[in-house]
Amino acid sequence: MGAHHHGPAKGLSRWLFTTNHKDIGTMYLWFSFAMFILGGAFAMIIRAELFQPGMQLVEPAFFNQMTTLHGLVMVFGAIMPSFVGLANWMIPMMIGAPDMALPRMNNWSFWILPPAFLILASTLFMEGGAPNFGWTFYAPLSTTYAPPSVTYFIFSIHVLGLSSIMGSINIIATVMNMRAPGMTYMKMPLFVWTWLITAFLLVAVMPVLAGAVTMMLMDIHFGTSFFSAAGGGDPVLFQHIFWFFGHPEVYIIILPAFGVVSQIIPAFSRKPLFGYDSMVYATASIAFLSFVVWAHHMYTVGMPVAGELFFMYATMLIAVPTGVKVFNWVTTMWRGAMTFETPMLFCMGFLVLFTIGGFTGLMLSIAPADFQYHDSYFVVAHFHYVMVAGAVFSMSAAVYYWLPKWCGRMYNETMGKTHFWISFIGFNITFFPQHFVGLAGMPRRIPDYALQFADFNMLSSIGAFIYGASQILFLYNVIATIVAGKPTSDEKTWDGAEGLEWTVATPAPYHTFETPPQVK
Amino acid sequence: MTTHSSTEYEKYYVPEKSKMAVCATIGLILSTFGAASVMNDMTFGDGATTSSWGIFWFGLFFFSATLFAWFRTAIRENIAGLNSAQLKKSYVLGMFWFIFSEVMFFFAFFGALFYVRTLVGPWLGGEGDGGRMNHLLWEGFQYAWPMAQTPQEAVGLANQPVANMGTFQSYEKSMAFSDAAAWYLWLPMWNTIVLLSSSVTVHMAHMGILDGDKRKFNIWLGITVALGMLFVGLQILEYYEAYAHFGLTLNSGIYGSTFFMLTGFHGFHVIMGMTMLLIQWLRSVKGGHFTADDHFGFEASSWYWHFVDVVWVFLFLFVYIL
Repeated sequence: MGAHHHGPAKGLSRWLFTTNHKDIGTMYLWFSFAMFILGGAFAMIIRAELFQPGMQLVEPAFFNQMTTLHGLVMVFGAIMPSFVGLANWMIPMMIGAPDMALPRMNNWSFWILPPAFLILASTLFMEGGAPNFGWTFYAPLSTTYAPPSVTYFIFSIHVLGLSSIMGSINIIATVMNMRAPGMTYMKMPLFVWTWLITAFLLVAVMPVLAGAVTMMLMDIHFGTSFFSAAGGGDPVLFQHIFWFFGHPEVYIIILPAFGVVSQIIPAFSRKPLFGYDSMVYATASIAFLSFVVWAHHMYTVGMPVAGELFFMYATMLIAVPTGVKVFNWVTTMWRGAMTFETPMLFCMGFLVLFTIGGFTGLMLSIAPADFQYHDSYFVVAHFHYVMVAGAVFSMSAAVYYWLPKWCGRMYNETMGKTHFWISFIGFNITFFPQHFVGLAGMPRRIPDYALQFADFNMLSSIGAFIYGASQILFLYNVIATIVAGKPTSDEKTWDGAEGLEWTVATPAPYHTFETPPQVK
Repeated sequence: MTTHSSTEYEKYYVPEKSKMAVCATIGLILSTFGAASVMNDMTFGDGATTSSWGIFWFGLFFFSATLFAWFRTAIRENIAGLNSAQLKKSYVLGMFWFIFSEVMFFFAFFGALFYVRTLVGPWLGGEGDGGRMNHLLWEGFQYAWPMAQTPQEAVGLANQPVANMGTFQSYEKSMAFSDAAAWYLWLPMWNTIVLLSSSVTVHMAHMGILDGDKRKFNIWLGITVALGMLFVGLQILEYYEAYAHFGLTLNSGIYGSTFFMLTGFHGFHVIMGMTMLLIQWLRSVKGGHFTADDHFGFEASSWYWHFVDVVWVFLFLFVYIL
């Protein structure tokens, strides 16, 4: 049993039965891209309907299903699994480990995802249609008024949660237990740090989400009254439980993105990351604060004033560690010998656009102002600046940055830059006008709107089609690189890159660090 | 069995390809899909015969069989000496964070209980910031815990606001200490005694295996499993009493909801923990497993058991006494 296999097995069984962190990482990345395309298709339907005022293409009920599934698929299917895939590929290589700590469970965490999404997507074809209550599935929309498919939605959320919890336990065990000799906590690459903290958040809040959907299930089928005032419960209770999960969730999405940017900006600035220690502490502070700010999503629900004030001030506090991060990234670039290859372009785009998203977040944190912004397109613009320009841009940066290491071939720089610029322009055309229509009073999640919003909405839809098309270019770039990219065997693809992953051969062999490196 | 210092890193056991993850996936997905279909048949179905139960049971069986094979493989690997000290630490970390995730699951339900008792209840009854709606929506509802009357009963089914469904009827008697006839007739107290004793006995078993005393280990572990079974039996009795004599059901408003969900999930976890301990007992008695320095399967199960106990202490305090 001690014999080492040095290459992967042939055929489908390699992927079905694998215990290799690189194979599993690859599957996660491809799966998340497939979900990105699916969720994107839903978004295109939304934007096509909103191209002009009035009802053109879809029924309002179907429109609601699209907004719901777009959110669910993008959050749980595209963004989260993509960063788990990145963690699988990179964390063992970054800390000098032979694999993830619990390799068989790792495979299981992945394989329960595709069927769970199959169940979720199949609700579209069920009687009564797919879930139509928004990705936040507030009661009583998701209980009293839900279509029957809600039951399948609940169980698919359970399975996704199980996948996330197992994946996170694996990452925590890997980081705490598998570091090479000499790799102390404060020498770990920041991507590893941000994922360690993210994994902690996931283990802490995914069970709470499981609790929330379990209460829904009981209310719907077994006559409990958690979210029904008639029995002494409260629909607002649902919102509290959901956002106790939901707010850490947004940091679960963005912290690994912070980690990616913290790897890439130093590489192309040819300087070490400015303020490494403060980056670690800032990440931990953001994670801690994320547990005590959840009700800022619910200012208009009728909370006591003391609650509004507490959650307002706690939310504003998050700007401090986030500011530390932005400051450190900018200062890392200060007087660096900078070059602007595609990964760096995406990181610069991230930096500018994420900061805009952060500032609109600060606007939304002010309770009295939020009474005006709440549930308007301003909120939609805000969180897409953070989710798309934050998480998805950094994910694109990560793919271009590590793709040569993964497959031993270099992507086409011109094509990469083209992808970036089309994305950047398309993204801003889509979402910048949404700030204005939101402030002018256009509510979110509606299939039709007042005439004065027509111009900006048409612009927004055009931008969305451009952004959507640029992702097809992304897919083309990645496939073209894997199939026909210029072969490279440089261990270090980027001359400014630091870290153990750049000390192994290119492309990365199937097994790396079977004997651990010594970290000085 | 284990080598230390620098060589332990070289021995990290990365298993070969394994079919178990895919089998576990098939079992899990079939059982969840089946469970969802069973519930939809029940609530939205037209009474026609479906294969939902069959899918559910097949999935559950397949899933359990896979888990059995999975754990058997892990145990055999350990016996074969494949597990380095480092891999064993990975298992320890895995178990610790798994229990942490379970703690957070209960946290959601306790959070719901606290929120309802400190804020929602008084608001519905007309107190404080949220109380202004009482005379508009639930006129005449007075809040108390345990809740003697649901808001629906206060205004009558026909007069309740539209966004509510179902009927919620309060009970004659709650499980709280205040409703008990006498302390020695109060079942939850006996439950507490049984479960807390089992925490002591599992600790005695742990002491036994640390001394290498297998006889002591087997006896105390056997007693622990027996106490666990007694606890589950008493819980079944309590539920029977609640439904048959107290009129306390899942439909009894938020008191019934929180009572049955908290004690029910706790009971489910007791059954899981008991099954884990039972398997360790069988491994020890029938298979001769475990030595003074290699008994992680037992140790992990005992941590789980202590966790279940601690949850009960909170339940006893916040669900039954206060």
